[in-house]
Amino acid sequence: MSDEEDDLILSELNDEELVLQMFDDLYDGMAEEIAESVDILLERKWLPYDILTKALVEGMRIVGIDFRDGILFVPEVLLAAGAMKRGMKILKPLLIESGAPQLGKMVIGTVKGDIHDIGKNLVAMMMEGAGFEVVDLGINNPVEDYLAAIKEEKADILGMSALLTTTMPYMKVVIDTMIAEGIRDDYIVLVGGAPLNEEFGKAIGADAYCRDAAVAVETAKDYMARKHNQL
Amino acid sequence: MDALSKLLTERQWILADGATGTNLFAMGLEAGEAPELWNVDQPAKVRALYNGSINAGSDIFLTNSFGGTASRLKLHNAQDRVHELNRVAAEIGREAADASGRSVIVAGSVGPTGDIMEPVGGLSHTSAVEMFEEQASGLMAGGADVLWLETISAPEEFRAAAEAFANVGAPWLGSMSFDTAGRTMMGVTSVDMVSMIKEIPNQPIAFGANCGVGASDLLRTILGFVKEKSNLPIIAKGNAGIPKYHDGHIHYDGTPELMGQYAVMARNSGAKIIGGCCGTMPEHLVSMREALENTAITSASTLAEVEAAMGGFSSADDGTSGVAPPKRERRRRK
Repeated sequence: MSDEEDDLILSELNDEELVLQMFDDLYDGMAEEIAESVDILLERKWLPYDILTKALVEGMRIVGIDFRDGILFVPEVLLAAGAMKRGMKILKPLLIESGAPQLGKMVIGTVKGDIHDIGKNLVAMMMEGAGFEVVDLGINNPVEDYLAAIKEEKADILGMSALLTTTMPYMKVVIDTMIAEGIRDDYIVLVGGAPLNEEFGKAIGADAYCRDAAVAVETAKDYMARKHNQL
Repeated sequence: MDALSKLLTERQWILADGATGTNLFAMGLEAGEAPELWNVDQPAKVRALYNGSINAGSDIFLTNSFGGTASRLKLHNAQDRVHELNRVAAEIGREAADASGRSVIVAGSVGPTGDIMEPVGGLSHTSAVEMFEEQASGLMAGGADVLWLETISAPEEFRAAAEAFANVGAPWLGSMSFDTAGRTMMGVTSVDMVSMIKEIPNQPIAFGANCGVGASDLLRTILGFVKEKSNLPIIAKGNAGIPKYHDGHIHYDGTPELMGQYAVMARNSGAKIIGGCCGTMPEHLVSMREALENTAITSASTLAEVEAAMGGFSSADDGTSGVAPPKRERRRRK
């Protein structure tokens, strides 16, 4: 806790302490330290999947809680997500090699007619930070683009964003088209954006409305867990 | 002295304008189209937008240039037309104001770049200043009286724009959007904003809040500004309620009457430049003007009164109550 311990040596910590330290380092957005800790755990023969879930994802979950509770704000969260991504960079090839289960893949984009992207970008960054694979379609997406992308990418989750009252109804067009094609239930559909609310999400047939990026991550994890349980 | 500062010395309050987007969509702007392109393609409609505010009694209105920085226009492949689109936005405004027969201020609207600044994001201070300067010079060339930086979340971006305005010698005012539990998306509280403003070398004419969540939250922000004393006039430019979804249609639930009440409460609470944002149509402005003219200034509203009149707040606390949320205990490093 005190400043005198600043020169703490990561490799001298036992596993349990090191993981706790990683939670702190993620919280503080310390990318170098996270990379170092991931390497140490790999040397100690941890499975890449365990490092991902027990250290990185769990650490980001704590960040998400404090973001949700108004203790952390976007700048801190993005730094934390950046640190997480540094760790992921080391783990990703190993995860693919080992055939470990993926957390999930999301296709995300702002709906047709809407050119706002800050909120959508934040969600994409936080989802990546939480260990999801994200395919960002950018702004102004017609229904065809969404559908092509979720099929091609074999996505688990479709995320749609709208910042305008005039464009949010387009989300329903996308969902209705998915229903018509008989593929609605193959995907988790999450929607978000400043003018939306839960009632709207329900009314258009989305799985959930996500108030902010932290809620999006939690909701995505929750739905992915349910999906795995069904298999 | 610039025209706005002059008007502010003569008046106890001035009425700003309402929504730009909501009004332009009502005139047929296609969703996805850049509103700024209309300055050149549909100048009559942009003029009608401005006239809507002027005729409803606005003393100051914003030009149709919110997304007029190169980084925003790039989304429409119009990044090479920054100067032109901003200049024309202000020219149309100048003509409309001059034709009004009274003192109406043309405020060149400058919105966020949409990019996140370093070190968290990729936009450097230098590039941000350059982009804002390019937009600012177009607006001033077109005859804007002042520049109005609006809907900003990040203090870094606010400072970059202030620096750009100093570079072109433009008088300016600035407002941030407090839309995340009473703070800006980047965590800035109302009190933080006042502290930040005090340290900006190129002082604005006025500062305040625009957009955000609903009228109640916006009034809470105004009360926060007043807590942290500053001599500058305060801006209150809130949305006309909160968007509601009914049978496939969406509308803002703020009635003209409610917005009139909001205007009076904003003035009582210490705001001097009062207007609306998203969802605010000319009929709301008429009601606001009427309410401001026909109601005496009384003492500041309390949070309880705001809540009773305007509805609940989006969060229990806005970060200014002094009750800091408990910080997580750390093992090392502060």
